[in-house]
Order: sequence, then structure tokens, then C-alpha cells
Amino acid sequence: MRSTARVTRAMQMVAASKMRRAQEQALGARPYAEKLREVLAHVAGEATTDSPHPLLEVRPVRHTLVLEVTPDRGLCGGLPSNLNRAVARFMLARETPTAVITIGRKGRDFMARTGVDLKASFDGFGDRPTLADVLPVSRMLERAYTEGEADEVHIAFTLFRNTMEQTPVVRRLLPVEPPALQEAAGSSDHLYEPNAAGVLAALLPRYLEMQVYDALLEANASEQSSRMVAMRKATEAADDMIESLTLDMNKARQNAITAELLDIVGGVAALEG
Amino acid sequence: MPMRLEILTAEGVLFDGDVDSVVAPGSEGELGILPHHAALMTMLQPGELRYRTAGGESYLAVHGGFMEVTGGHVVVLADAAEHVEAIDVDRAEEAVRLAQERIAARPADMDIERALRSLRRAQVRVRVTRRRQRPATGPPGA
Repeated sequence: MRSTARVTRAMQMVAASKMRRAQEQALGARPYAEKLREVLAHVAGEATTDSPHPLLEVRPVRHTLVLEVTPDRGLCGGLPSNLNRAVARFMLARETPTAVITIGRKGRDFMARTGVDLKASFDGFGDRPTLADVLPVSRMLERAYTEGEADEVHIAFTLFRNTMEQTPVVRRLLPVEPPALQEAAGSSDHLYEPNAAGVLAALLPRYLEMQVYDALLEANASEQSSRMVAMRKATEAADDMIESLTLDMNKARQNAITAELLDIVGGVAALEG
Repeated sequence: MPMRLEILTAEGVLFDGDVDSVVAPGSEGELGILPHHAALMTMLQPGELRYRTAGGESYLAVHGGFMEVTGGHVVVLADAAEHVEAIDVDRAEEAVRLAQERIAARPADMDIERALRSLRRAQVRVRVTRRRQRPATGPPGA
């Protein structure tokens, strides 16, 4: 029992340090992501006049694709099953055939069990995913969309709110909905090099990559936090159990000693008698 | 009047502060930005980005991205970037050599796109750093 508590406590500590790193990484990506969103809003407002970029084009939905971002490993509380449930609910609510791509073994295993159309699965991104890791994923989504394999692409991941709270969310990735421009002033007189459409064409794939990367970071921060909390609970449960077991053990020992004393006292009395 | 420069990558904020001028590798060629520059949005190609502050000039290797200029504000959204001081030239040269060998050998499982990307990055690192390396006397920027 004590060794179990030691193991979970060690895992709690490991998870706590990974959690801090994961949270830092998720926060570090935010300024870039926000700026990218802002810039995209500017450019999209500029370049909508002629035919829309393929990633912006809205089509009637006949096929849906979901990218699910899950952990590779367990022991992180209800996080994977909560997310899997949310994705399953989302898919049931769709009237269109829905295919899935997963990141992480937990999602892959679940989808394989339920027998949905699993297009591809990625795993082994580890605790410090890089932007380069998500490139193959976002390329695949891009291709699926532009080649008409899917008419909408959603992403499902666990949003990191804080250490105690993580929420499963499903968001639309494609077609890209350009973020609304907050302040319209000063956006119309931009010079574009090489030109607005060219910048937009380069910006959109980057935006998609960043959204996938961002989801991965959020999911990672959520996973580590959830694991830390799960391990803390396990340690506490083990400690409680150790306490009550120690009490039981002491009682049992006390009983044994008392019985032995009675024997001795009895024996002495018999000898004296 | 100084202008504000932000250099952001997906990994974090590389620089955020007031500068007097910025020179960036625009898609159409090198681009100098001074305060009151017209609003501009440009793609960046891999190359050297430098900026001047009251404390002197700083150099970075950027590996593509975007730059937006609005009023007194310059935002660089780099695919990746690093200050010259943070680059280990010997390692970068080694990386160039390795990447070239690998691409020449062409193993069956190779992700050619990824290999070319790392080659390009290493080459930019070497080029930018070599260009800014002074003979080893005095502190950098002196």
C-alpha cells in the first residue's frame, strides 16, 4: 500500500512539472495565434471580391470529417472518455456520413472499437509537440477538403481552462470562417506584397496549421493537468487507506498484546495459586 | 519617433519593443521600414531580419512568414526565427551537410518535404550568421 502511494505520488510530481511546461507552451503560442487571426481578418476583408479561396469556399455538406485530438496514454481521469463521448454525440447529430482522423491512441482505440470510418491516425507527438509535427495532419485535412472528400472539417479536443477544469469542444476548421474585423479603420489602405490574394493563399494554410497546433497544445495542457489531479486523488486515497489500515493493524497488534498479557497474568496467577 | 516591433512565432514572443528601423526579407526583396511607413502586408522569404534600437543593431534568421505594418506598429509573424546569437553555426553547418547527404541518399521512407525544409533552415542559419560574424575581437555589435 505504501509503495502504491509512493508510485502515484511520483507520477503526480512528474505530471505536475509536465503540466507547467505544457501550460507555458500553450500560453506561449497565444500571441502568435491571436495576431494571425487579426491579420487574416484584414486580408480576408480585402481579397473577397473575386472568386473565394478554396479553403473559404462554402459547399453543401455531404461528407463530414472530424479530427479528434486525444492523449496517447491513460491514467488521466475521465478526460479521454469525456472527449470520446462528446465526439460520438457530435457524430450522431450529423445527418451526413462522418469520417474521423485521430491524434493520440485513446481516440484511435475508441474509434476502432465503435467501427466508424477511421481515415487515419497519428500518435507519438509526445509532451512537447512542435508545429512541424502537425504539418502532415493539416496537409491531410486541407487535401481532404479541397479534393471534395469532405465538405466540412471539424476539430475536437479538450480545451484547457485551468488545472481543475478542462472542457471537450468541437469546432469547425474548414471552410475557414474569417474572423470578423473588430476595427474597420485603417484596413483598406494596405499595400500587399505580392498581392492580397497571394498573401491570403499563403496565410490560410498557416492559419489551419496554427489551429491544429493550438488544439494540440490545449489538449496536452489538459491531459497533463488532468493526470496530475488524477494522481493526486489516487495518492490521497492511498494515504487514507494507509491511515485506516495502520489503525486496523495497530488495533490488531494491541489485541494480540492484550491477549498475551492476559495469558502471562493468568499463568502467573496459576503459579502463585 | 520610434515604432513598436513585435516578432512572434508559434513557440512564443521573440521580441517586443521600440525600434528605430527594421529591414526584412520581403517576398519582393529586402524591405526597409522606418516610422510612418505606409500600411503594408507582405510575405517574408527566408533570410535575415535586422532591427535597430538605441542599443545597436540586432540580427535574426527568419524562415518565412508574414509582416504587417500599420501606423507605428510592425508585426512579424515568422514561421520560425532566432537571434543570431542563439545560433550555433557549427551545428547548423553540420545540419546542412547531414541534410544534403540524406537527400542525396534518398532512403525510401524519407519525408522529402521535411528534409528540404530542414536543409533550407540550416542554410539560412549559416548564411545569416556567417554574414554577421566579425573577427573574434570586441563584443558583437561593437
